[in-house]
Amino acid sequence: MSATAPTVKPRDYKSAVKPVWCPGCGDFGVLNALTKALAALSVAREKVALISGIGCSARLPAYTGVYGFHGIHGRALPMATGLAVARPDLTVVATGGDGDGFSIGGNHFLHACRRNIDMTYVVMDNAVYGMTKGQASPTTEADWDGSSLTPEGPGMDPVHPLEIALAAGAGFIARGFSGDPNGLAELVTRGIGYPGFAFIQVISPCITYRPEQMEYKHRIHPGFEPTADRREAFLRLMDDDYFTTGLLYRKERPVWRPVAADAANLDSIAAAFRVQAAQ
Amino acid sequence: MQPRSVSIAVTGSGGAGVMTAGKLLLDLAARAGWYGMMARSFGPQIRGGEAAALLRIASHPVQNPDDRYDVLLAIDWGNIGRFASEIPLHGNSLIIADPRRGAVPGILLGERPRVAEVPLADLARENPHGRANMVALGVLAALVGLAEDPARERIGQMLAGRGEDAVGGGLASLRSGFAAAAAVEDPPRPGAPPADAGERWNISGNEATGLGALHGGIRFVAAYPITPATDVLEWLAPRLPSLGGALVQAEDELAAINMCLGASYGGTPSLTATSGPGFSLMSEGLGLGVASETPVVVVDVMRGGPSTGIPTKSEQTDLEIAVYGLHGDAPHVVVAPTGIDDCLHATQWATGLAEALQTPAIVLSDQAMGQARAIIDRPAIDAAAASRRGASGPELAQYRRYAITDDGISPAAVPGTPGGEHTADGLEHDEYGTPSAQAGHHFAQLDKRRRKLALFDYGDRWADVEGDGELAVITWGSSTQVVREALDRAAGQGIRARLVALRLIAPALPERMAAALAGCRRVLVIEQNHDGQLHRYLRGHYHLPGEIHAWHHPGPLQIRPAEVLQQVLALAPRKQEAIG
Repeated sequence: MSATAPTVKPRDYKSAVKPVWCPGCGDFGVLNALTKALAALSVAREKVALISGIGCSARLPAYTGVYGFHGIHGRALPMATGLAVARPDLTVVATGGDGDGFSIGGNHFLHACRRNIDMTYVVMDNAVYGMTKGQASPTTEADWDGSSLTPEGPGMDPVHPLEIALAAGAGFIARGFSGDPNGLAELVTRGIGYPGFAFIQVISPCITYRPEQMEYKHRIHPGFEPTADRREAFLRLMDDDYFTTGLLYRKERPVWRPVAADAANLDSIAAAFRVQAAQ
Repeated sequence: MQPRSVSIAVTGSGGAGVMTAGKLLLDLAARAGWYGMMARSFGPQIRGGEAAALLRIASHPVQNPDDRYDVLLAIDWGNIGRFASEIPLHGNSLIIADPRRGAVPGILLGERPRVAEVPLADLARENPHGRANMVALGVLAALVGLAEDPARERIGQMLAGRGEDAVGGGLASLRSGFAAAAAVEDPPRPGAPPADAGERWNISGNEATGLGALHGGIRFVAAYPITPATDVLEWLAPRLPSLGGALVQAEDELAAINMCLGASYGGTPSLTATSGPGFSLMSEGLGLGVASETPVVVVDVMRGGPSTGIPTKSEQTDLEIAVYGLHGDAPHVVVAPTGIDDCLHATQWATGLAEALQTPAIVLSDQAMGQARAIIDRPAIDAAAASRRGASGPELAQYRRYAITDDGISPAAVPGTPGGEHTADGLEHDEYGTPSAQAGHHFAQLDKRRRKLALFDYGDRWADVEGDGELAVITWGSSTQVVREALDRAAGQGIRARLVALRLIAPALPERMAAALAGCRRVLVIEQNHDGQLHRYLRGHYHLPGEIHAWHHPGPLQIRPAEVLQQVLALAPRKQEAIG
């Protein structure tokens, strides 16, 4: 990373691959915000890795010019964890959607919050499975009847990812909006700079299967100011209307590290197997 | 003269110390110059279940159990009925029983073995810090002809950290055991140890797997505990960091395999170890490794299946899931060690294959090898394993991660390499990695992924091919040692037969097999599972000459050399025919 690279532009982090996203998809704004953040940090392209699972938003890495891995449904966080542990020199960002992160990958979300590896997790939340054409996701309202799979609605209250992140021990918790790329870029920049697991929920409308979400731009409002007091953060979430943006909680916690061990070599390790002949 | 071995089962309830006694007996025999092995059989209980240490002490290298046990020493009879079938006895076997623990259960008396009573518990109680398992160790050490002084020295060392009382108690118990053994008539004795003892190792299959992984260059491990693979992970946990690597305990096996893929994408050779249930959960991740061409090594220490099955006992039962368990046309590598010592070589080799071929390599070990220890000659360590083809120079000018190449292997840029930026993908893709649903791209990438495995030179390690004759016995994994012993016995009866122990299960190498079987008129396939998985696999991928016979039974019963010998004798040509 160099502070003397003023010529780096967000577009330098994009690829020539044309997104599969629908025109007007919120994920375009997230792609813009992410590349703005990388440009703001002037991080070398080869030092960034974007890791994703499956879903509309998980297509994002291919639309960038950095390293990336488009893996399997729900497993972005473990893959990012392995890479970040093996290559602490890299800037590792996991991206994905609400189904990928909170349903099929929900267990990994809990443990990534706990484990606190230095990486950033950007979830584009549109409360719908878009790639499979419009089923209820874990953040969908209980009475949303827009899917023939659950014609009376999913019948369960949605999960609240910020509450889960806070309960699971995450130390950097924020919410952004795809319609505000500059504000989101600022959150991503701060998330990448945070030494540990940074979680950013991005309200990112699906205009195809949830056209009513086009109204989100009128409901989104800033409001979170960062606190390092976990009790205070919980209280704010109790009053949250789920459209408040900003950095909710930031507290530095011990980052997971491999066990410390004295250097050894293979011969010294194998010496333990040697049979000592009786004298 | 045929070298002799003595087989000893030490049984008791969990906590009675049978594993400690067994390990010490093996260690003492090794220090005195013998070879030997010790397998373990456990019940399912966390504490207090039945346990058996199953030893064989020999004048020659042994890595498989013999047909029957010469000695059964029971510290108590708790639940012996549950695993009596795993400890077959013969008419001259010696049961050493503590009369205080009640009569010898009838289930053990079918072959009318001898019974010697030794009051293990009473002798232990003669010292307030005595232990019945140390009395047992003394009895057994004396019976097989081990000297008392080195045993005392070893016990003294082992217990030194627990204080003088513990040492005194242990040594008193050991002495009582040695004294009690003097009254036992006609003790079974192994042949004399070889005079030319070079350096030997005392190592378990799971430890050898771990060491092989380190020699192969594995520096990242993701771990989720599962019997009987946990030993591999626990052995690696403190050692990886000492070599600059890292082990992460994952939240589940889905995470474990994906962590490995992530670390491997970063250029670090990566491994996880599991058993059947966990392996099933890793299937999707393995497919991602195939499609994205990301090397990864998965060790499956097999146990009885399906489902939770028999977690603590062995079965060669995951061949089919290892070969066929991935969806789509998904060529990858499956390697099976042929013995405890080969766990080292096979795992190192598999790591090299995964890296060189940029694909998952599965190592099929099993509980019988993994949790057994053997005294082996110091293994020669292979030269450094093959490595991943990197990307450099002009390849990075217009970088194509999945470039179509003659040998099917594409240059793999790792993060940090300028110009190599790309997105690895489980979606079908073009040469650049850009997702594509086009038929042409799909054909080209399928061909490439198959071609790289088909054209690779696997060398002579693909199988152990030994002997000659018109009968060939094809086997794999831990059954190899059993078959080898059976064929040695057959040779003693003038029967010639070949052994083909497949180490490279997948991909299949039909030309190599054809050469190994040239002139054969009968093939016998031996394995330890119910359905004959290797047999079915061979039928699908190889042209086998002549009559094909399959003999197999499921775990947890070990395949015994006499069982294989019986099959061999039934199929072997008569002596004059073999000579003619």
